[in-house]
Amino acid sequence: MPAIPLSSAPQPADTNPAIIRNFSIIAHIDHGKSTLADRMLGITGVVEARNMRAQYLDRMDIERERGITIKSQAVRLPWQTDGQDYILNMIDTPGHVDFTYEVSRSLAACEGAVLLVDCAQGIEAQTLANLYLAMENDLTIIPVLNKIDLPAAQPEKFADELARLIGCDPSDCIKVSGKTGEGVDHLLDEIVRRIPSPVGDANAPARALIFDSVYDVYRGVVTYVRVVDGRLREHDQIQMFSTGIKHEMLEVGVISPEPISSKGLGVGEVGYLITGVKDVRQSRVGDTVTTANKPAQIALAGYKDPIPMVFSGLYPLDASEYPTLREALEKLQLNDAALVFEPETSAALGFGFRCGFLGLLHMEIVRERLEREANLSLISTAPNVVYHLTLEDGSEVEVTNPSEFPEGKIAEVREPIVRATILAPSEFIGSIMELCQGRRGVLQGMDYLSEDRVEIRYTLPLGEIVFDFFDNLKSRTRGYASLDYEPIGEAPGDLVKVDILLQGEKVDAFSAVIHKEKAYAYGVMMTGKLRELIPRQQFEVPIQAAIGARIIARENIRAIRKDVLAKCYGGDITRKRKLLEKQKEGKKRMKMVGRVEVPQEAFIAALSTNEEADKAKSKK
Amino acid sequence: MKRCGYCDFNTYTPAELREGVDSVASVSQGYIEGLIGELEQACTRLGTRAVSTIFFGGGTPTLLPPDQLARILRAIENRFEITEECEITTEANPDSVNSRSLNQLREVGFNRISFGVQSMKSHVLQVLDRTHDSARVGEVVTAAKSAGFDSISVDLIYGTPGESAVDLAESVDFALSLPIDHISAYALIVEQGTKFGAAVRRGEVVMPNDDQTAEKYALIDARMNAAGFPWYELSNWAKPGHECKHNQMYWISGDWWGLGAGAHSHVAGERWWNLKHPKTYLDAIAEGKSPSAGKELLTEDDKSTERVMLRIRMREGMALSTFSDVQRNVLDGFFQRGLFIPEQWQNGRVVLALEGRLLADQIVREVLS
Repeated sequence: MPAIPLSSAPQPADTNPAIIRNFSIIAHIDHGKSTLADRMLGITGVVEARNMRAQYLDRMDIERERGITIKSQAVRLPWQTDGQDYILNMIDTPGHVDFTYEVSRSLAACEGAVLLVDCAQGIEAQTLANLYLAMENDLTIIPVLNKIDLPAAQPEKFADELARLIGCDPSDCIKVSGKTGEGVDHLLDEIVRRIPSPVGDANAPARALIFDSVYDVYRGVVTYVRVVDGRLREHDQIQMFSTGIKHEMLEVGVISPEPISSKGLGVGEVGYLITGVKDVRQSRVGDTVTTANKPAQIALAGYKDPIPMVFSGLYPLDASEYPTLREALEKLQLNDAALVFEPETSAALGFGFRCGFLGLLHMEIVRERLEREANLSLISTAPNVVYHLTLEDGSEVEVTNPSEFPEGKIAEVREPIVRATILAPSEFIGSIMELCQGRRGVLQGMDYLSEDRVEIRYTLPLGEIVFDFFDNLKSRTRGYASLDYEPIGEAPGDLVKVDILLQGEKVDAFSAVIHKEKAYAYGVMMTGKLRELIPRQQFEVPIQAAIGARIIARENIRAIRKDVLAKCYGGDITRKRKLLEKQKEGKKRMKMVGRVEVPQEAFIAALSTNEEADKAKSKK
Repeated sequence: MKRCGYCDFNTYTPAELREGVDSVASVSQGYIEGLIGELEQACTRLGTRAVSTIFFGGGTPTLLPPDQLARILRAIENRFEITEECEITTEANPDSVNSRSLNQLREVGFNRISFGVQSMKSHVLQVLDRTHDSARVGEVVTAAKSAGFDSISVDLIYGTPGESAVDLAESVDFALSLPIDHISAYALIVEQGTKFGAAVRRGEVVMPNDDQTAEKYALIDARMNAAGFPWYELSNWAKPGHECKHNQMYWISGDWWGLGAGAHSHVAGERWWNLKHPKTYLDAIAEGKSPSAGKELLTEDDKSTERVMLRIRMREGMALSTFSDVQRNVLDGFFQRGLFIPEQWQNGRVVLALEGRLLADQIVREVLS
């Protein structure tokens, strides 16, 4: 079980597949995956103690701050078990619902998975979903209970839970502490013993699975692959299956955990390749790499184009930052094949982009990165899903922006449906079911994971969960529930577009596609919210919610009657003049809807979830 | 002695200025020396300009005995020409004067007095953290009249939380029943950093909404007109001939020199303001330096902004011809909404009607942007 010095460890390019073990760690966000990974780097000796920093493998600031891993990486770890040298390739997986496809490709690159569960919390919905993915991929699962050093740890309880899920014996669960290192060497040994070695045809044309693709400012796109058959050699010309495009391979190597170039990668080996392309969309996760001079005939199974599921309009607060936003989106897209965007114009918000995301977290991360990395201030419209419409004349329309939802003459509207899995303590079942029913959910089943923990399955329209479902779920369950969802197709829905009008002018940014039964409530909520948020004007401003020409809710902002400071003497004059200048500046930042001046804060607050808007209101 | 809860003036108690001290006299002597020192600086800069108004205020100058205030007056007279008609005002708190001190004030040269009354209703005064009662107000105003002041003014505050329209009407009517010639009435402003501001922020008191405050302004204006006190500035009403000359000077951008810690001045297109703390103020004077803490030179744009901002608040209003075509267009929109007095508009002047006075800041903003 000792570490092997790197210099004497089996070298990449011709590692015997029999001594290779490829595995992933499946875990929930805060269950300690990064800490365990750090510990493995330390124990196997690939990172010296003095170079160690927390969450070594998480590269982006946001990842380190949020404690989540967005982009996976693969690390080659030499390890000796029972006197024999082995090479363990640890393939890190993203831990969130929106990246299910990326997770599935990472898992497809492995023969086994460590199922890591915090033994003070138990398994979470996303972990369960990933576990099922791993089981579907026929991976060997090693159940591991982490954080056994915690006083609140309940290893026996959760060992039972895991055993029931996987169909193993509770005693098969390995107990570790990523924090103290306890049990980690034993885990490495068990990985060697339990997980099968990769099998492939070394003499067949090369086939390698792309399981990740990362843009690096200095090197261009770095593509992470697992070789299935044949061999990739340095200076080979490679070819992507999905596009047929050929690239010169400038470098090939392994990560241990810094990149080390090698002469190539053989069957079962995991590593990276660099071709000089600048855009991750040319090196797509799930695609198969082969060699141009002796191409394989059949691609590896499972490739899918990423499909955006959630859309939102992103607008710069300051109109002059539009070009900066475009550049920032383009730059982000280099590293994010799933992000799509196209320019759009809003009468209310000006020039911006309609962006498509894999899901809510993906949307949040993109927004945060735009604001942070490009120093932008953004307004985003409420997220919506994509609707497919059949009009009465039989033509088909796709709607990704609610304000473009056609008026009348609609035969059918179809909306995306997801299968949602919620794990929570059983005391919250009633509350969760109430929430899901209220969101047009249909109960599909319920199972007890243990005496007091339950898995609830619903189908729900995605449109019902993109806005504030997760926040609601968390607050109803005191933070204990976890959610996972996956798209399962489309279904017709009784949906209408609700427009919001200020003084008779439609405000495109506030249009929403809503189920007919909820349209009234939405109208009342939005008009009420806007009445609070929009300052009184020189004239009366009616705020209306309408379906087509039919008004369903109305509020009124009365004309302002008093706008004067009573006192103005010698010492007040400078202050008053400066205030006036400031107000003139403020007026420039107002968005005009017809004649109505709407402060940007009102847009932001009206477009945010209820809770945030209430906060803004109480500040007023 | 205490500071009112809503007041954000530059005020200090004697104990705040010198530890272990509790009388005004113990700190006033040195301060007056400082004022005279600054007066000396003013004299050097201004030469022998004639002084047409003198105003002691922005607080409660009558906390000093009349002979001390007289020292300052004499110092001014010794250095400047004082016009025959010179208006010499002191502000006073009803609790800080009596018939004897009022007679003395008159004797040393004050010819106008302005009482900080705020309200006649005790529950309103309590919210404002004030102490006097209405009987006291009647006594001191009558005493001031007997002492022979040319003009007597009363300050009122409206829009205090808990003040009803009836409360306000009673306060205004009581003030008008006294032998006075002038009333200033201000809507209560919540100032940050005051005790009152903190209470509002904590939600302990709730400010009335703007519509209610507008109603109260209309109530005041109606009663003033009925009593023969027409408005001459947004917050000021007077019997004809009793308008405050000193304050009018601010609104027509006249020159003035503010003496004392935190005081503002305006001379020939330059505005400056003094160091706020009495100690730093006095130190500067003692070192022969200007006590100014900051200043600005007004650009032509600034001046024209101020002109509109200040003059529009006055009964004389402004000539339409002083505005550009674009501005006249904006003004016409306001006229259509009934915010200006029609007769004046026909004569080429913009004079605010009642509803216009309530929207004066908005009008200024729109005209200037």
